[in-house]
Amino acid sequence: MLRYIAQRLVLSVPVFLGVVTIVFLVVRVLPGDPAQAALGDYASKEAVAALREKMGLNDPLPVQYVRFLTDLLRGDLGKSMITSSPIRDEIAHNLPFTLELTFTAILVGAILGIPIGVYTATNRNRLPDYVGRVLSLAGLSVPAFYLGILLILLFAIELKWLPAIGGGDLSDPKDNVSHLILPALTLGLVMTASVARLSRSAMLNVLSQDYVRTARAKGLLELVVLIRHALRSALIPIVSLTGVWAVGLIGDSVTTEIVFARPGLGKMMVGAMLQRDYTSLQSIMAIYTGFVVVINLTTDLIYGFVDPRIRTK
Amino acid sequence: MNRETHAPKLISQRQRVWRTFIRNRAAVIGLILTILVIFVSAAAPLIALQDPLDQSARNRLKPPDETYLLGRDTFGRDVFARVVYAGRVSLVVGVAAILLGGVIGTILGLVAGYSGGKVENAIMRFVDILMAFPSLLLGLTVLAVLGPGLEKMILAIGIMFSPGFARVVHGATLSVKAQEFVEAARCVGAHQTRILRLHILPNILGEIVVLGSLWTASAIRVEASLSFIGLGVAPPTPTWGNMIRDGTPHLTNAPWLSVFPGLAILITVLAFNLLGDGLRDVLDPRLQQ
Repeated sequence: MLRYIAQRLVLSVPVFLGVVTIVFLVVRVLPGDPAQAALGDYASKEAVAALREKMGLNDPLPVQYVRFLTDLLRGDLGKSMITSSPIRDEIAHNLPFTLELTFTAILVGAILGIPIGVYTATNRNRLPDYVGRVLSLAGLSVPAFYLGILLILLFAIELKWLPAIGGGDLSDPKDNVSHLILPALTLGLVMTASVARLSRSAMLNVLSQDYVRTARAKGLLELVVLIRHALRSALIPIVSLTGVWAVGLIGDSVTTEIVFARPGLGKMMVGAMLQRDYTSLQSIMAIYTGFVVVINLTTDLIYGFVDPRIRTK
Repeated sequence: MNRETHAPKLISQRQRVWRTFIRNRAAVIGLILTILVIFVSAAAPLIALQDPLDQSARNRLKPPDETYLLGRDTFGRDVFARVVYAGRVSLVVGVAAILLGGVIGTILGLVAGYSGGKVENAIMRFVDILMAFPSLLLGLTVLAVLGPGLEKMILAIGIMFSPGFARVVHGATLSVKAQEFVEAARCVGAHQTRILRLHILPNILGEIVVLGSLWTASAIRVEASLSFIGLGVAPPTPTWGNMIRDGTPHLTNAPWLSVFPGLAILITVLAFNLLGDGLRDVLDPRLQQ
C-alpha cells in the first residue's frame, strides 16, 4: 500500500508541472501586456517600459520560467500587480472559505448520491426510479449558479431561513455554518445528480451478476446483499468518477462563490481576471492545480482502499 | 403464394436506428425540445415582437403582463425578447465550440491511435495534463488573456473540450485499428490517410456524434457560466448568462430578470442531454442487450 501511495505521488508531479507551465505560457505568450494592463491604457510608454523591467518581463522566457518555478517552490507567490500586497496573504484569507465549500459539497454529493443511486437501481423502471432519473438529469443540466439563485429565492428571500450572501465569520461557527449551507447545498446537489446517476448504473451492472444471485439464493437479507455484496464492487467506478467530478466541481465553485458573494479563491481569481492582475492569476491557478493534485491523490487512495486488487498489486 | 411475403423482413441499418430511436421516449422529447429551441432562436425576429435592445426608462423593472410576458429589465427592455434572442448566442457558441473541439480532438486522437509510438505518447500525455485540470478554469484563463468576444469564446470553449474528444477517439481508433478489414486495407497498399478517412473514421463516427451532442449541452452551460462571470459576449447583446448576472442585484424586487433566462438554459441543456442519451442508446450496440 505504501508503495502504491508513493507511486501515485510521483505520478502527480508531471501533472502539476504541466498545468503550471501551461498557465505560465498562456499568460506570457498570448497578446496583452501585463505591464500595460497594470498601469491602465493611458500610461506613458516610459512608465510601461520601466514596469516591464521591474517585473522582469524583459528577461528571456526560460529565465522567467525558472524564476517563477523556484519562487513557487519556496512558497513565494509574488505580489499583486494591482494592490502590490503579497498574494500569499490574500490566498491565506480566501482559501479556508473555498476549502469548506468544496469539501462539504463533495460530502453532500456522496452522502445523498450513493443511496439515491442504490435505491433507484433496486427499483428499476418503477416510480422512484423514474423520479430519480428525471431529477438527476435536471441536476446535470442546471448550471450551479442558477441553482444557487433558485435556492436564494426560496430559502433566503421567501422563507428568510438563511442568509443569502457573504461567507460569515470563520471564528463564529454558527454564523459560518449558516452562511455555508446554501452554497454547499448548491454545489452538493449538482454533485449529487452525477453521483446518483453513476451509482445507479454501477449497481445495475453488479446486480445482474451471478454472485449476487447466489447471495440471494443463500437466503441472505436483501440489505446485506445490497451493501456487502453489490455496493462493494459497485463502489469502484463510483469512487473513480466521483474524483473526476470533484475536480470539475472546482469550476462550478467559482460561479457559486460569485452568486453568494462569498470570499474565496474563485471570487479572488475572477477579480484578478477582470483587473488583468496576471501575477495573482497565475498564483491562484497554481493553488488550484495543487487542489486538483490533492483530490486526484485522495481518489487514488480511496480507490486502493475499496479495490483490494489495487492494494495488493 | 407470393415468395416475397415469406422472405424475412429486411430493414436497412438506418431504418433500424430510427426505429430504436423513436421508441425511446426520452430521446424523442429531447429531439423535439432541441428542434424547438433551435427554431425559436432562428426565428427570433418573428417570435419576439419587441426589440431586445429597445430601452424605456419609464418601464424599468415592470413585472410580467400580457404584452411583456416575462416583464422588463433594469433598462425597461423586454425580457421575453432578450431571452429569445440570447438563445442565438448560446446555440452558436455551444455548437461551434463543439465542432471545433470535436475536429481538433478527433484529428489528435486518430493520429495518436493510428501512428502509435512516440507520437502517440506525446499527444496522449499532453491530453492527460489538460484533462487533469478543471476545464472551466483553463477556459477562464484563456479568455482573461484574449479578452471577451464571440469568436474568442468559441475558441476557448473549443480548446476546453478537445482533449476529451482526443481521449475517446484515441481509444476507439485503437480498437478499430486491430480489426481485420483495416489490416486488409493496409495489405492492398492503401495510404495511411485513406485508411483513417475511409476505414477508421466512419466506424467511430457514432461515438463522436453521441459525445458531441452530450458535450454541446455542457458547452452551453459553460458559455452561460462564462457570461455570468462577465467574460462572455459584450453587452448590450443579450446572453442568458449576462441576463442572469444583471438580474442578481434585483432578486428581491424583480426575480423574473434571473429566473426566466435560467429556465431557458435549463431547457436547452436538458434538450441536448436527452438527445445525447437517446443517441447513445441507439448508436452504442453494447447497451442494446
